[in-house]
Amino acid sequence: MAEQTAKRPVSVPLMADLAARGESPEILFWVGCAGAFDDRYKRVTRAFVRILEHVGVSYAVLGMEESCTGDPAKRAGNEFLFQMQAMTNIATLNGYGIKKVVTACPHCFNTIKNEYPALGGEFEVIHHSTFLQQLINEGKVTAKGGESFKGRRITFHDSCYLGRANNIYEAPREVLEVLDADLLEMKRCKTNGLCCGAGGAQMWKEPEPGKKDVNIERTEEALATLDGDADVLLNLQGVESTAPVLPAGSNRGGSVIAVACPFCMTMMADGVKNKEREQDVQVFDLAELIASAEGLNA
Amino acid sequence: MHFSIQNILFLLVAVAGFGLFAWQARKIRANILVGRDRDMSGHVNERLWKTLLVAFGQQKMFKRLTPAFLHLIVYVGFIVINIEVIEIMVDGLFGTHRFLQFLGPLYSALTGTNEVLGALVVLAVVVFWWRRNVGVVRRFTGPELRAWPKLDANVILYVEVVLMVALFTMNAADLKLHQLEGKDLPGAFPVSSLLTGLFPDNLTALAVLERVGWWAHIVGILLFLNYLPSSKHFHIIMAFPNVFYSRLVPQGQFSNVESITHEVKAMMDPSYQVPAPATNPDGSAAAPTPFGAKDVDDLAWTNLLSAYSCTECGRCTSVCPANLTGKLLSPRKIIMDTRDRVEEKYNSPLIFHPSLYGPEAKHNPQEQLDKENHTLLRGYVTPEELWACTTCNACVEACPVNINPLESIVEMRRFLVLEESAAPNSLNVMFSNIENNGAPWAFSPSDRFNWADDLFVAEK
Repeated sequence: MAEQTAKRPVSVPLMADLAARGESPEILFWVGCAGAFDDRYKRVTRAFVRILEHVGVSYAVLGMEESCTGDPAKRAGNEFLFQMQAMTNIATLNGYGIKKVVTACPHCFNTIKNEYPALGGEFEVIHHSTFLQQLINEGKVTAKGGESFKGRRITFHDSCYLGRANNIYEAPREVLEVLDADLLEMKRCKTNGLCCGAGGAQMWKEPEPGKKDVNIERTEEALATLDGDADVLLNLQGVESTAPVLPAGSNRGGSVIAVACPFCMTMMADGVKNKEREQDVQVFDLAELIASAEGLNA
Repeated sequence: MHFSIQNILFLLVAVAGFGLFAWQARKIRANILVGRDRDMSGHVNERLWKTLLVAFGQQKMFKRLTPAFLHLIVYVGFIVINIEVIEIMVDGLFGTHRFLQFLGPLYSALTGTNEVLGALVVLAVVVFWWRRNVGVVRRFTGPELRAWPKLDANVILYVEVVLMVALFTMNAADLKLHQLEGKDLPGAFPVSSLLTGLFPDNLTALAVLERVGWWAHIVGILLFLNYLPSSKHFHIIMAFPNVFYSRLVPQGQFSNVESITHEVKAMMDPSYQVPAPATNPDGSAAAPTPFGAKDVDDLAWTNLLSAYSCTECGRCTSVCPANLTGKLLSPRKIIMDTRDRVEEKYNSPLIFHPSLYGPEAKHNPQEQLDKENHTLLRGYVTPEELWACTTCNACVEACPVNINPLESIVEMRRFLVLEESAAPNSLNVMFSNIENNGAPWAFSPSDRFNWADDLFVAEK
């Protein structure tokens, strides 16, 4: 495969280098801690950069100058640590005269967009789902020429910090629509979406004792939706199937749980693994799906 | 007009009823104002619009159609019956009889609508009672909905039936009285006309029954009015101010603690002037305000207002991912605890105090014995509940009257972390990772850009 596709190396532009040359990029890509360190989500970061390179938008990243936005500290109640992080980041961003920030993490998005302004950080902040939607609307991304998703089932798991927190429900769905796949909605979606279980700093601690972990509950619902499995759905409270049941033993054709958040990615992937469904169900971020469909994976 | 001793009696009853309510309302207002100050001025048009949609228009109720429809009947019935209450008040004070009859056809429309709604209210109440006591609506169960809260919910339903029965007794007796006397009773009575057969043919008995119905209806309403402050049914009043003062910012936006902002700014810039600490009126230094919330007076007054507007419907808890998966957290319980605690610590305006209704009414009796820790945090709400929250905003989204349980949860987390350093250890590890590495995981900041190594893009 590789010998058939011409590929070119990407040198990701650093903000410090651009500033030294007196240039300013159109957008700053805020990578986030998960995007920089989590092995799985690094692939999303790289997919998103491939899209940025492909459409030729001028961008830069902070690299080692980026630091945690403070979201997990704030949600856990450590306001002091949050504000230390926030003011340091704001000083960095303001120092470079940044106007527009794009990020693939809804937690970074929410914090920079909603909580930084009161601390002196006024930026136009865009989540990558909205950014991808704009690229599609402008015709810069067509999702043709790469991998085809025809006949595959995709269900989108809403991120709380994108949806309920900031009212972004349509952008990720519009992005998925260009894939020409079978899109299925879970019963609990949009404003009624169920959390993946990792928000509010839960990502960094064991869950409190209970009957079940939240990500298992959510994964069961996602799998039941993808399978059209009425029996499983009946066990979930008040949930009805919307999709036809797949014949037993049929190849599910690589169904996808689509996410737009690093925490959701981890939680859904863990859930799929727990249910031993990695063979036929994959968890992908919107950026990965678009990069594949656009044929940008080198 | 037949002015009589009845009118003087009615005046006394009405003054006593409204007076007692005003006295209770004053205490509740004082209870709400023990909360921390929060500037909610401005955005009046936006707030009024929201109140119109969410409180008057029941917008958020319609997320669940069956209860929305049943609730709408009772709600519209309540509003229309209030017009009749005006008539009853005037009749009662001035000895008139059905004084609104001068409205003519409009009066027939009013009484007719009222009768139909009255009958539908009885039907709705029966379904409500079934759903609550026999049916399997999960949100009507749960540890916080035993004892007084459970009794309270049923009492409201019973009272509503009694009020409707009184209304129909009054109308049907009056109708039959007029029929036997060969006179026309102004108004339309589609339901009472079906009931006249149940009433005696004796004129005196009918006159007495009409009076009994009339008095039972208005006295019932005045008693119910004074029951409200003890009850979750207080939401019929408090929903309106609560929606008016609800948050207008995105749900994901948490408040930035201002006192901490000053501290951090001073740390980052030594020339920054931190505002002088607050002083008491006599000039002495005021006690410092703690970070976060340990007790009800550490919450904002809007949080306390919310506690009084909660109708314990449990929509918040029924969508809470932690609660759904069997964890201890119930957003409804946090709100109910807040109200119980404020009533315990400050004035209890209640005629029916929750603590009178058995040990089950208290959530953590063991901890309540511990006077030292007897505050909202720990006395009522345990850290385990607070740490189970994913801050997903599902509870906030679900509340039909715009209560925000998440605000209180985060405020109590702030107290645990900033005042007591009592976060779970794994979260302390996360904090120190952020402090030392700029990331919640233990990775070196120098590896932050490694993802960009050997990155290729397919050339098309």
